[in-house]
Amino acid sequence: MLRYLSLILMLATPLYAVQPNEILEDPVLEARARDISKGLRCLVCRNENIDDSNAGLARDLRLLVRERLIAGDGDKQVVAYVVARYGEYVLLKPVFNARNALLWLAAPILLLMGGGISYAFIRRQSRKSPPKDGLNADEKKRLAALLDD
Amino acid sequence: MIVELGHFALILALIVAIVQVLIPMIGAARGWHDWMRLATPAALVQFTLVGVAYAMLTVAFVTSDFSVRLVAANSHSAKPMLYKVTGVWANHEGSMLLWILILTLFGAAVAAWGKNLPPSLKARVLSVQAMIGVAFLAFILFTSNPFLRLANPPVDGNGLNPLLQDPGLAFHPPFLYLGYVGLSMAFSFAIAALIEGRVDAAWARWVRPWTLAAWIFLTIGIGLGSWWAYYELGWGGWWFWDPVENASFMPWLIAAALLHSAIVVEKRNALKSWTVLLAILAFSFSLIGTFIVRSGVITSVHAFANDPERGVFILGILAVAIGGALTLYALRAGQLRSNAIFGLVSRESGLVLNNLLLAVAAAVVFIGTIWPLLAEMTSGAKVSVGAPFFNMAFTPFMVLLAMILPIGAILPWKRGQLKRAMGALWGALALSITLGVLVWSLQTGGRMLAPIGIMLATWVVLGALIDVGLRIKLGKAPFGENLRRARNLPRADWGKMFGHMGFGLTIFGISAIMAWEVEDIRTLNIGDTFALQAYELRFEGVEALQGPNYTIQRGAFTLLKDGQEIAIMYPEKRNYPVQSMPTTEAAINQSLLRDIYVVLGDRQNDGSWAVRSYVKPFVNWIWIGVFVLAFGGALSITDRRYRVASLARKIPLNAIPAE
Repeated sequence: MLRYLSLILMLATPLYAVQPNEILEDPVLEARARDISKGLRCLVCRNENIDDSNAGLARDLRLLVRERLIAGDGDKQVVAYVVARYGEYVLLKPVFNARNALLWLAAPILLLMGGGISYAFIRRQSRKSPPKDGLNADEKKRLAALLDD
Repeated sequence: MIVELGHFALILALIVAIVQVLIPMIGAARGWHDWMRLATPAALVQFTLVGVAYAMLTVAFVTSDFSVRLVAANSHSAKPMLYKVTGVWANHEGSMLLWILILTLFGAAVAAWGKNLPPSLKARVLSVQAMIGVAFLAFILFTSNPFLRLANPPVDGNGLNPLLQDPGLAFHPPFLYLGYVGLSMAFSFAIAALIEGRVDAAWARWVRPWTLAAWIFLTIGIGLGSWWAYYELGWGGWWFWDPVENASFMPWLIAAALLHSAIVVEKRNALKSWTVLLAILAFSFSLIGTFIVRSGVITSVHAFANDPERGVFILGILAVAIGGALTLYALRAGQLRSNAIFGLVSRESGLVLNNLLLAVAAAVVFIGTIWPLLAEMTSGAKVSVGAPFFNMAFTPFMVLLAMILPIGAILPWKRGQLKRAMGALWGALALSITLGVLVWSLQTGGRMLAPIGIMLATWVVLGALIDVGLRIKLGKAPFGENLRRARNLPRADWGKMFGHMGFGLTIFGISAIMAWEVEDIRTLNIGDTFALQAYELRFEGVEALQGPNYTIQRGAFTLLKDGQEIAIMYPEKRNYPVQSMPTTEAAINQSLLRDIYVVLGDRQNDGSWAVRSYVKPFVNWIWIGVFVLAFGGALSITDRRYRVASLARKIPLNAIPAE
């Protein structure tokens, strides 16, 4: 039950995230704002984006994002603007840089390594000649009884 | 008195567990049968004692004995009875007691039903199971004792977090724990096999049902948690990639891989050492999950450093269990020679690929979950890893898995031909691609998610059906013959069909909701009507009501389609005075095609109300898929090959060596 507790504590007032009065009149701009908001972390929350969060800070950030959009910034500029003020911590998807390289490369590296090992294993397996199985007659009988259905 | 009885029982359980570690293990090493046999009663007694402790704690909660610190901190006399009972595990100490109760339950189950296990294997399995028991009993007694008394009992308790006072979440932890603590069984069998130096088809037959049972519970537990988040948290999110969710998802992925690799051990006597490694990893991830959730380390490194006692204890258990198991594995795995031969294109290869994808997917979740911690420890940098990362890094593995699944499932053992397998599947492939293209051409806006998701879902579901169709010679033999074959088809094969179909259905639900959800946020005056996609909602008003331990503001909305009333919907805002905490209860009009989801917000200064409403297309298929997945597992587990009774019947008594 505690699994969700800390998540819940941060949602202590699960009323609203985006309020009606925050929404921009231009639906295209608003859609962009929502998209950007989903990638930005509510800094005082646990694992919540500013779009879903009820915290005051999240609201401030939502308004900031919309302000920048109205001022004519592109999506990347808006994100850069927020990162410049709040740090990399605000990004829910870490940027690819030297420090985060391992995070991003782990999946392809593991897949290639695992794939290579699996392929080598299967190749070896498929070329082997059948060895003896090392069971005595009694054990074979018992195994056969267990497997027989 | 009752509470002291529980405390005493728990201490006794620790002593019994210590005996259960030592005596059977020594007995198995020396071949002393009396010593080995001790494991069985010890496991049963240990379970009984922990059961007594658990029952006593429940009594304290039910009778609202606020002289017990835990009860005073987490319960309240005005709480409904259901939540007094489930409140036992709604806190750290109680949930750890439940953890141990389930651990000893699995040990007792092996003791009671493992009659045909070789005596030395059974003794070693129960000894290893008791080692985990000793570690966690010591943990609870020394750092998280639920039975401590207060010198000055308060008049009433602090109450339970209102969000937890919900049936969906009340039953979520026991399922989750039955799942990830149940994986301890696979772990114990793996360690015992390494000590014995032997893994064979029979071993896989004993391990697979236990793993399957644990995996089914884990599936249901994760499903319940996600469903609860959907209807309770207020905006219909169903998965957050939160560390506590990942903690249960990682063992689920590894257990799913283990289930598949155990089939290869059972049928083909291959992949032995890999299967043993997966069994160790599955429970290791359970332990890591317990550490993540219990230590608070993920929330903040500093919180962990300020109150390190519990976290360090679990970290110690982690290090010894995982380190010890992997060391033993490194020393002994070489003995587990496989002697099966299979070709590059074969069911075996398909299952290897399945294992590769599931294991790497679990590794990606793991790295993403601990990355903020690693970054802060190594460079002091604060980094967030959230849903956008996981969606991007994890999804490709599920896409690949779905792509290879029907082909791998249909390939024969030993050696197959791709051409032949595809021959049976080309219709399914053509139909799924057609559907995907159709969806792509119909939808406005260019997201590829829905077309690809629907294509994969169709491909997986049809593939599962075709697999069974081939097995019963549908269309190739008279109908009577089809029926006869269907009746004789092993339950495990039906389980495979439902399991794979469930996976496909969940993919469908997830892609549909992610691609096609419609959201509407606005303020409404009473009497206002607005259009929501093809529907209309009319705001009828808000009334004040009284719940058992909360007050309610209940809105009423009429849902209309083409001017016809379909339903009246009642979203609620609740306030729990004990915790002075508000919660929302969304009103959901459910159907297989879509949910209409309405949330009542705050009253605005001008007297209007903020209202959030959604159309969530096909969202219920996520949980239908999860249910079908679990149902497939349940069918497999009832396969007669795994039933102890049928095994016992098959082996005449005199054929069992006297040992």
